[in-house]
Amino acid sequence: MSDTPLLQVSDLIVEFPVRQGVLRPVDRVGFEVRAGEILGLVGESGAGKSMCGAAIIGLIERPGRITGGEVRLNGERIDNLPEDDMRRIRGKRIAMVFQDPLTSLNPLVTVGRQLVETIRTHLPVSASEAQRRAIALLEEVGIPAAATRVDAYPHQFSGGMRQRVVLALALAAEPDLIIADEPTTALDVSVQAQIMALLKRLCRERGAAVILITHDMGVIAETTDRVAVLYAGRLAEIGPTRAVLSSPSHPYTVGLMASTPSTTGNLNKLSQIPGSMPNLRAIPKGCAFNQRCGKAVARCFEDIPILEPVRDSQVACWLYDPATLTNTLEKTGATE
Amino acid sequence: MDIQTKKGASARPEFSEAAPASTWQRWTQSDIWYSYKRSPVIIVSSLTFLALVLGAVFSPLFSPYTPFDPASLNLMNGFTKPLSTNAFTGDYFLLGTDDQGRDVLSTILFGLRISLFVGVIAVLFAMTLGVVLGLISGYIGGWLDGVIMRIADIQMTFPSIMVAMLLYGIGKGLIPPDLRDEMAIWVLIISIGLSEWVQFARTVRGATMVEREKEYVQAGHLIGLSRWSIMLRHILPNVTGPILVIATISLALAIIAEATLSFLGVGAPKTQPSLGTLINVGRQYILSGEWWILLFPSLTLLALALSVNLFGDWLRDILNPKLR
Amino acid sequence: MLAFIIRRLGQALLVLMAVGFVSFSMFKFMGDPVENMLGQEATVADRAELEERLGLNDPIIVQYLRYFQRAMSGDFGVSYRAGLPVGEVILDRLPATLELALLSAVFAISLGFVLGVYTAIRRDGYLANFIMTTSLIGVSLPTFLIGVFLIWAFSVNLGWLPSFGRGDTRSLFGVDLAILTVDGLKSMILPAVTLGLYQMTLIMRLVRSEMLEVLRTDYIRFARARGLSQRAINFGHAMKNTLVPVITVTGLQFGSIVAFAIITESVFQWPGVGLLFINAVSFVDIPVMSAYLLLVGVIFVTINLVVDLLYFAIDPRLSVSGK
Repeated sequence: MSDTPLLQVSDLIVEFPVRQGVLRPVDRVGFEVRAGEILGLVGESGAGKSMCGAAIIGLIERPGRITGGEVRLNGERIDNLPEDDMRRIRGKRIAMVFQDPLTSLNPLVTVGRQLVETIRTHLPVSASEAQRRAIALLEEVGIPAAATRVDAYPHQFSGGMRQRVVLALALAAEPDLIIADEPTTALDVSVQAQIMALLKRLCRERGAAVILITHDMGVIAETTDRVAVLYAGRLAEIGPTRAVLSSPSHPYTVGLMASTPSTTGNLNKLSQIPGSMPNLRAIPKGCAFNQRCGKAVARCFEDIPILEPVRDSQVACWLYDPATLTNTLEKTGATE
Repeated sequence: MDIQTKKGASARPEFSEAAPASTWQRWTQSDIWYSYKRSPVIIVSSLTFLALVLGAVFSPLFSPYTPFDPASLNLMNGFTKPLSTNAFTGDYFLLGTDDQGRDVLSTILFGLRISLFVGVIAVLFAMTLGVVLGLISGYIGGWLDGVIMRIADIQMTFPSIMVAMLLYGIGKGLIPPDLRDEMAIWVLIISIGLSEWVQFARTVRGATMVEREKEYVQAGHLIGLSRWSIMLRHILPNVTGPILVIATISLALAIIAEATLSFLGVGAPKTQPSLGTLINVGRQYILSGEWWILLFPSLTLLALALSVNLFGDWLRDILNPKLR
Repeated sequence: MLAFIIRRLGQALLVLMAVGFVSFSMFKFMGDPVENMLGQEATVADRAELEERLGLNDPIIVQYLRYFQRAMSGDFGVSYRAGLPVGEVILDRLPATLELALLSAVFAISLGFVLGVYTAIRRDGYLANFIMTTSLIGVSLPTFLIGVFLIWAFSVNLGWLPSFGRGDTRSLFGVDLAILTVDGLKSMILPAVTLGLYQMTLIMRLVRSEMLEVLRTDYIRFARARGLSQRAINFGHAMKNTLVPVITVTGLQFGSIVAFAIITESVFQWPGVGLLFINAVSFVDIPVMSAYLLLVGVIFVTINLVVDLLYFAIDPRLSVSGK
């Protein structure tokens, strides 16, 4: 692996002006993705996962915009590129897959034409060569009789088949990074595993990295190399998937694990985090999780925690701050 | 950092929003009023409309002259220019006079009165008819619903202004010739009203069919409330918003329809000229240069139609953000 | 698809029957044509003679059947006012209305579509906002007022275009058309713009809102995420999807154009069926009114059918599910 990561996101802030003020769905989020790596981005709905993905690929809907931080692709800044340069990166170097395959394809255009136009937008190939590649791509994603199906319209495919087409479209110009935003949520459970396996295989074969946005801890466990946990637009914890899942450090991650049956493997102790994630309009002062956190200390209500290394991961929680640790130790020491 | 907020109240999390009883109050206070204050176009158009309505209602008080009293007319005053005093009679006319020597400002105020009267009554008529038919259609259903909706479908095939013209022709045919002028205004009102009921009926029907299935209506049945009392007291209040929007938009349409019919000579009679009639009179003088006879009534009509339209558009956006 | 067409045809027939019923009822039960034609001072003998000639003394059922039988063969009775067969009068005037309607439809659709797409793509641009604001005035402006002011500007003040009438005509396959001569075309410009302006603003606003709606869809987002050029997205994807709903309304607008021609023809004294109709309304010329109603009914129903069939040509989803 080279020294420069494929993607570097640092202190990314996305803001939306609304009537009462400014909302911040992404608040100083930073992480890296190395070439060929699969990073999971996990959190409740509204935690800012999708917004992160949209910010990286430069597709934030107006009036929202990136107001701080940087996004670097192979060391080059891409968050401030002119629209036309950014467009050349989209699809070519960073591709994106959306949640619902039923609505991701233009119903009035054949899948072949959608593939051909994507290929020809980014690669200097002839129409017939693009057509040939389109068929090859469809074959590769497992569409039977691809040569004839290439002229079919999206509604002639089933949901799972359509998501395969969507994957083919995302891979059409051989991108280095694919942002998959809940790619299997809208599919039947039986199809979900197939699509995830396909995504994983295709990316491994091409050496493409993936940012997998999901709220499904099972998918995270099976698919990702590293995982980043988002809470109310902020990064709570990031680290190797195994480390985060087996020994979560942030109280929110701990709660998340405890409420997920498949990963704890202990059905008896299934529990829920009390309360719900705060509305973006009402994020409390200090740590965003302080209202629901059983271990919150005074500082959690004052200052926003910053990411610090804890074991193999990095965690944004005051509990791991040396000052807090000594305090707690003194207290526990006193009671014993 | 933290979310910057202007109002402390809205910084609270969503689950602690106010109780249902005050939701309506909150909503009017915040959204509608807020939007109203923030859109100068809407403020101007609503004030324009208000001014026009007041001018029409109090036209006998405001009018400098009584234009339709033959005794007070002086043909010598004919074709006086705006902002000038007639050389022969010494009378002053702000907006000039027409061929008959009638003060244009006064005829506009009286014309506005006719236009607004026809428009408002026609819409009220259309609304009553549409709401009743919509309630019946949606609540009772069955073959009655089928018949009402087929009629609505067929009528919707044709533009409402054409329907109004046709109905006017039919109405005129039904009335003995010597009563035609006298009844013309009412024929006009009924024609326009009948041409506009479909929107009301469809909206009310749709809403009724949704409400009908809800628990409180079922409960109403159980405690023995009559059909009509359920419909009027429980279902109708739920569709006030959409009805209000349609009424506003229909008012603009009705005003334009009235003006058009009167302009074409198939509306308000010459003895009770509306804005459309006045514009038709004014048109005859554009070649000879007496522009004011045409221009001022036209501007008044435009201001009226535009202000109602803008207000209706705004109201629709506010009450139904999905359509924005 | 065949079933769909048959169902549509059935519905069309139902509408026509309903319109025909209204048309006949008017013809039969309304007004006193004799008095209308002869005036109140007519002698009893005059009246009896005319009643006989118009067939007003026959039993209702006979008149009813006769009405339909005649209507089928294009005979709608005699105009009370002109004293001529209504079918003849209408046929004579129909080309004038149709050519005017066609020209204004072309104007309304082409300009409406271009402006609609433009204002959607440049949603926050100054020019787009200006166009949108102006269009709101356009919607509020009654058609007749537009006509009067166009005459005032272009005929009275500038003297560029004629203010009324049809100008010279040239015969094509036995039909006199103004669109074939320069003078006729000049006479058509103002009426056609008057007639088309309202529809143009409607089409523009519709295209704009549909286009904005489409631009918000997932497949457009996905197209953008694939790096397609703005041009390819706007014209290759969004515009195509905008067409489906727009075609319905645009098709129906053509019907409205025929109806609104009543107003325009009256303002410009354009000798079409609209002018005929409005004169019929003011003189309570029932045969002309009822025949006009039937005619417009046929036109509207035909347009609706054509629009439905056009769907199949555009939306692949329909042609498959319908097969």
